[in-house]
Amino acid sequence: MTAQLLRQTGWMVVRQVRNLMREPIWIAMMVIQPMLWLLLYGQLLKRVGAQGQSSGSYIEFLTPGVIAMNAFFGGMWSGMAMISDLDRHVIDRFLAAPTVRVAIVLSQVVRAAVTAILQALILLLVALALGVRVHSGVGGWLVVFAGAALLSAVFAGFSHGIALLMRREASMIAAANFVGMPLMFLSSILVTVALMPGWIRAIARFNPVNWGTRAMRNAVMAGGDWGPTLIYLALLVGVAAATALFATWCFRAYQRSI
Amino acid sequence: MDAIVAEELRKHYKTVQALDGVSFSVREGEVFGLLGPNGAGKSTTVRILTTLTRADSGRAFVAGEDVAQHPNRVRRAIGYVAQDSGVDWEATGRENLLLQGRIHGMFGKDLHARVDELLELVGLQDAASRVARGYSGGMKRRLDIAIGLVHKPKVLFLDEPTTGLDPEARAAMWVEVERLAAAESLTILLTTHYLEEADRLAERVAIVSKGMIVAEGTPEKLKRDLRGESVSVELAEQNGRVAEAERIVAGIGTEVKVDGQLLRARVPNGAQAIPVILGALDDAGIEVASVTTARPSLDDVYLHYTGRDFTTEDEGRA
Repeated sequence: MTAQLLRQTGWMVVRQVRNLMREPIWIAMMVIQPMLWLLLYGQLLKRVGAQGQSSGSYIEFLTPGVIAMNAFFGGMWSGMAMISDLDRHVIDRFLAAPTVRVAIVLSQVVRAAVTAILQALILLLVALALGVRVHSGVGGWLVVFAGAALLSAVFAGFSHGIALLMRREASMIAAANFVGMPLMFLSSILVTVALMPGWIRAIARFNPVNWGTRAMRNAVMAGGDWGPTLIYLALLVGVAAATALFATWCFRAYQRSI
Repeated sequence: MDAIVAEELRKHYKTVQALDGVSFSVREGEVFGLLGPNGAGKSTTVRILTTLTRADSGRAFVAGEDVAQHPNRVRRAIGYVAQDSGVDWEATGRENLLLQGRIHGMFGKDLHARVDELLELVGLQDAASRVARGYSGGMKRRLDIAIGLVHKPKVLFLDEPTTGLDPEARAAMWVEVERLAAAESLTILLTTHYLEEADRLAERVAIVSKGMIVAEGTPEKLKRDLRGESVSVELAEQNGRVAEAERIVAGIGTEVKVDGQLLRARVPNGAQAIPVILGALDDAGIEVASVTTARPSLDDVYLHYTGRDFTTEDEGRA
């Protein structure tokens, strides 16, 4: 069972990656978009961001934030691939074969996570050129990659569950925006926790986007603590597992409806 | 042993009773056709038999396994070609086949050999390395069938295999299915809303209407059971008295259908009925352009059992 799960997940990841590699526009967007975020937000919010911040430049503060934003939106939109597979009846074909349900979900989650890691790498390299340093060294880089992968995975699981329940592109876009935008603004992606009103600060404590952002920021900026960082990452692992199970469970709802 | 057994399958979607007690069985090696209009419950039946969805009640066995109790055993034994193509557009034909084989636990030389064999069988060797997005409808359909056959299933489900194909591609597909049924010694369950298709391919046919099976047997038996013949009367273009003509014909034959200037009816004996019909119409002063008589077609069988004309039934999608 486990061997079968891993093998099928592997082959389905191969399918996803290979298909994406055939989309030059997608590759270009994947590379360019995060850079745009970093440069635009860095310029736009330079003066705002400089307030309430203990050390380092705003761009140093912003880099982990943009990596988090990119990872979680990437995960959030990844369910569109499921919609397209549902529309093309590829999923039905898999379901009528001895496919392990979790493998379908996991392959999509892995695809989203790998994309997030690649984008994090690109962002870190651009940030390095802009003078940002990862103050925790190699461990810090690993935390950034892990944080990006986990954030993406958390929302990829959620997104695929929603895709299976809604099965319509328009509904999916609405849901992704409805959930995604508030989660972004209820986190410390753009401004420090110190600048937040009390109630937002209270909500942000339970926001996985914020956990990922804080973990990565601790790793990038000087003086970050490892303790909370690891706790945040552990929490993300738990939530990622939960959303993957949620998506797998949604296959039942889908199959009941067809 | 029967390859497929369906017992009293029922399923509803919200307010629609899609299946209302469907029972039938298919012998090993047989080509069985489920015939009926869109929305009659054919695809729902296939989805239950292929473990894609569950029946509200009733039982079903495919290749000897209960679809509800052991879905994975059923999945290993069947090939499923859905009504809509399940081809991954961004992958090549060969990649589509390889992935499906891997899902079924095949690998290495055996898998590659089987994929090559199937590509040749459905005539896609030359297109095998091209991304399926560029395939024609007929090519995608052939790839679908090859995908359904990768693991050498015992039972193949073909849900509307030729819907959306042009007549030429449809004829080619028929030849394909006939060849496969012989070459792979498969049990095939095929659904269709094309009468000629069921007539040509299926050894036995069940007519599905409103979630129930209303008739079952070989196409020949179904036609034979329907005693009598059909008479078609074409009225001359200039007289607009179709309603009156219909009344007259209805007094002589049964199941009268009107299609423009054409009247169709069933009579016990065509040779005896034609002079009577012509005489009555002549008495009424209605001019007739032509009269033909024919042995019952599957179309007449369908009309008889469902009370609906097959050709006008075909609208919308289930």
